[in-house]
Amino acid sequence: MGDEDGRKPKRGSRGSSRDVSRRDFLKIGGIAATVPLVGTKLATAAGTEAPVVGPGKVPVTLTVNGKTYTAQLEPRVTLLDALRDSFDLTGAKRVCDRGACGSCTVLLDGKAIYSCSVLAIEAQRHRITTVEGLGDPDRLDGVQKAFWDNDAQQCGFCTPGFVVATKAFLDRNPNPTPDQIRRGLCGNLCRCGTYVGVRAAALQAAGAGGSPARRGAAEEGGRRNG
Amino acid sequence: MAEYQWPPAGKRSLIGKRISRVDGPQKVTGRARYTYDVHPPGMLYGKIVRCPHAHARVTRIDTSAAEKHPGVKAIELMTEPGKEIFWAGDEVVALAAVDEITAEDAARSVNVEYEVLPHFVSDAEPPANTPEGGPLAEREIRDMFFTLQVPAGQIVSRIQKDGVSFTPDDAELAQMKQVGMADSVIDAIRHAKVVPPGKAGNYKRVAAQTQGDPDKAFAESEVVSEGLYGVPVITHCCLEAHGAMSEWTDPEHLLVHISTQNLSGIPGQMAEPLHVPATNIRVRQDHIGGGFGSKFSVDTWGIVTARLSKKAGGKPVKIMLERDAELKVAGARPSSYARVRVGAKKDGTLLAWEHHGWGTGGVGGGGAPPIPYIVNVPNQRKQHTAISNNIGSARAWRAPNHPQACLITMAALDDLAAKLRMDPMDFFLKNIELTGPRAKIYAEEIHKADELMGWKKSWHPRPDSSVGPVKRGLGMSIHTWGGRGHNSECDFAIHPDGSVVVRLGSQDLGTGTRTCIQIVAAESLGLPMNAVKVEIGDTQFPPSGGSGGSTTIGGVSSSTRRGAVDALNQLFAKVAPALNARPEELEAADGAVRVAADPGRSLPWKQACAKLGAMPVTARGVNKSGMTPDLTNSGVGGAQMADVSVDTETGIVKINKIVAVQDCGLVIDLKTAESQCYGALIMGIAYSLYEEKIMDEATGRMLNPNMDFYRLAGIGDIGELVVHMMTGPGYDERGVIGLGEPPVVSPGAVISNAVANAIGVRVPFLPITPDRVLAALEQKETRHAAV
Repeated sequence: MGDEDGRKPKRGSRGSSRDVSRRDFLKIGGIAATVPLVGTKLATAAGTEAPVVGPGKVPVTLTVNGKTYTAQLEPRVTLLDALRDSFDLTGAKRVCDRGACGSCTVLLDGKAIYSCSVLAIEAQRHRITTVEGLGDPDRLDGVQKAFWDNDAQQCGFCTPGFVVATKAFLDRNPNPTPDQIRRGLCGNLCRCGTYVGVRAAALQAAGAGGSPARRGAAEEGGRRNG
Repeated sequence: MAEYQWPPAGKRSLIGKRISRVDGPQKVTGRARYTYDVHPPGMLYGKIVRCPHAHARVTRIDTSAAEKHPGVKAIELMTEPGKEIFWAGDEVVALAAVDEITAEDAARSVNVEYEVLPHFVSDAEPPANTPEGGPLAEREIRDMFFTLQVPAGQIVSRIQKDGVSFTPDDAELAQMKQVGMADSVIDAIRHAKVVPPGKAGNYKRVAAQTQGDPDKAFAESEVVSEGLYGVPVITHCCLEAHGAMSEWTDPEHLLVHISTQNLSGIPGQMAEPLHVPATNIRVRQDHIGGGFGSKFSVDTWGIVTARLSKKAGGKPVKIMLERDAELKVAGARPSSYARVRVGAKKDGTLLAWEHHGWGTGGVGGGGAPPIPYIVNVPNQRKQHTAISNNIGSARAWRAPNHPQACLITMAALDDLAAKLRMDPMDFFLKNIELTGPRAKIYAEEIHKADELMGWKKSWHPRPDSSVGPVKRGLGMSIHTWGGRGHNSECDFAIHPDGSVVVRLGSQDLGTGTRTCIQIVAAESLGLPMNAVKVEIGDTQFPPSGGSGGSTTIGGVSSSTRRGAVDALNQLFAKVAPALNARPEELEAADGAVRVAADPGRSLPWKQACAKLGAMPVTARGVNKSGMTPDLTNSGVGGAQMADVSVDTETGIVKINKIVAVQDCGLVIDLKTAESQCYGALIMGIAYSLYEEKIMDEATGRMLNPNMDFYRLAGIGDIGELVVHMMTGPGYDERGVIGLGEPPVVSPGAVISNAVANAIGVRVPFLPITPDRVLAALEQKETRHAAV
């Protein structure tokens, strides 16, 4: 799943977590084995003994935007639902609920993931960043500012996911070409049709932190550039 | 003395400029709160049990297991044994529980038994022997009027001709009137003959309408083109699903958060079913995650949140539809297909049009789209058959009926131009007078689009004759929409400390409504944007119309302007003595109140407002039809051109570039106006290439109720997009006209026409998927081989 330049696989062909390679995904899956357990039961899975949690509620501790949050959650609760329903971090949205649209994108140790497709218990002991952690209305992050400047939002429901995905993309590709932006952000969908603004926003945000040549490209790119 | 008229170009410092949306920082930081995000302490989560059958009768509902399920707080039947269900996914039972997974588990334990009845989900071409007429059911009439926006006159003549299949009683008719049915339709129902439902079944064929002498005109035509064209049912697929949260704050008072395009209209819809005065219902909404025409009604699930809350002792209950339910039941655009014949002289002069169209809007069947679209061919014969089936009911979808009518008409005309061996641009310009009073605007817009696309430089006749499998082509189209401003009222207040607030019971769909209100208010007072506060989304504010039909910006701009001017004139009366002037000599500009003829005599805004003493000045700004001066207007044009590449080996269509040239009168915020056009093009690309509500004939269910297989366009699918707003003299002085609908009308036609230009054959139906491209190419080969 083409990782060299941070390109994400094309929509339709990717796995459940965009930006997470198959190997990473399995690693995340393995986290369950390391979570602290109450009343540990063991079951045999793929030839090895694996601890069983649940089905009742278990204590879950998450580190989100540098703060520690705890809740009693059933193991089947997704990271997205935990963030939204237990911790009132409602920036990430549930739209497709199956890893197709990117509206629930958050960062897990700096990588963009679909939080609808990761369990809350799997996300323990990882550094989680949501859109709320990037900046606030009075102190916008460069990507957020670029989204605002370029009107990369209409109804705004997909915007938090897009902002987070763009942040992760630019962290790994500080000087992207327009074509790399098109591929790198294809894991997020918008219904109002704000992609022209998103492209310009990604260029502007890259330009702000990149070389002068890149800034030139951002201006030239403007809102009309495909 | 300030006047209502829009300031002239030289005096505008905000109106018409590119201004970033005022709620942008809230949205980009995830702080914008949608109905989906409202989460008060103790809130219960609601879930709905849905019927899996496309047509069935409920025989038994057993909720006993769910009642015993720990954490379940309320259960409510949404239908009852004996009732018929007409589409898969319709609501049967709702329940509320302490958290979402508990509600899901409990919903699974509800046992419903059905008598499964025969269903019909096809919208394929009706049999040729379908008889004309057939009485109209009540549901059909409501669907035609409210959802499909069939003109009242058309409905009345159908009722008069075909009768109705139900016996109308006074209560029913009164209810119809209450929800806004046209008096002429109610009157026609009252006097209609009552006919039992006919044997025609699912097809309602409407008698042919003719204009001029089509037979003679076809005989005189030197070139006649025939074709089949169509657009399937698509869904709205709002990213924020439909949903609401209700809470009885005391036994008599209801607080509702709902994802709606029609905030001020919601209390009236809830009052009767809940037996509570509308005045006791407060509705709130800060942000909405997409509506596109599908969120005007409170919907059965909105009502049921209030019922569940009541049963749960008033606790807040929220129901948001799951993605599959959203796609199955919460919005569908009617399909439309037609076989068309069109004839012209060799020089391209249009003479004759004939079509037989069909389509479905679900159970209600639906009305006929306005075909031929815009181009009023002198001689016409038109016939339409409405198909009623079990796919779920239709809802208004951005520019109801226009994208379908546009595709069918513009594709047929494009095929005729190809047969005439004419450049479609020349062909459209030659017949431009047939478009009526906006002919000059269309011509101007077509020329502008040509300039931005380089059409004249790169157009070639069908097909692209270059070597290699990838073929390139150009397509064009024109479109129209009405617009105008809806009824809107605002409270406008200027306080002694200089702060300003304007409040409206309106909503911002992402179109920039808040931003436009703030621009108009600030411009009217000569203040910077941040000196004015805008509050919307609460029924405690004055009522403002639903956001449909591109009427919001006109309505709220006009009411805000009037409120601002009335409040300002009250301020002038208080300030005039201090400036030693008469109130009518004053103006507000550059952050000051000053004598217009002698700007040196001025008071900074704050000092001027201090003259108010202790009390603020307030004014109620009102926009309604018939007011003078009318600050709004109606009727826009628009021209678009597309450049596409088609891979003839894989059938994949790629958008290279689309140009949209659009007028909408006086633009309030150029930035959000352009965004609307870009968005419309992208939505248009999606319905042209990807979107279709696919129904399974065997089970009667939707096969793709998810976002993997109900595909939207992604950021890599859209090519280069160019938007040009027509502004300045000739446009600005018309006043404000809405913009939401018109730019979404043409994309289907321009893309379909560009594909035909590239490969030399028409792909008849949208979406233009690879299999359809390959099938069309194969037919072309077969045809050639046969010749």
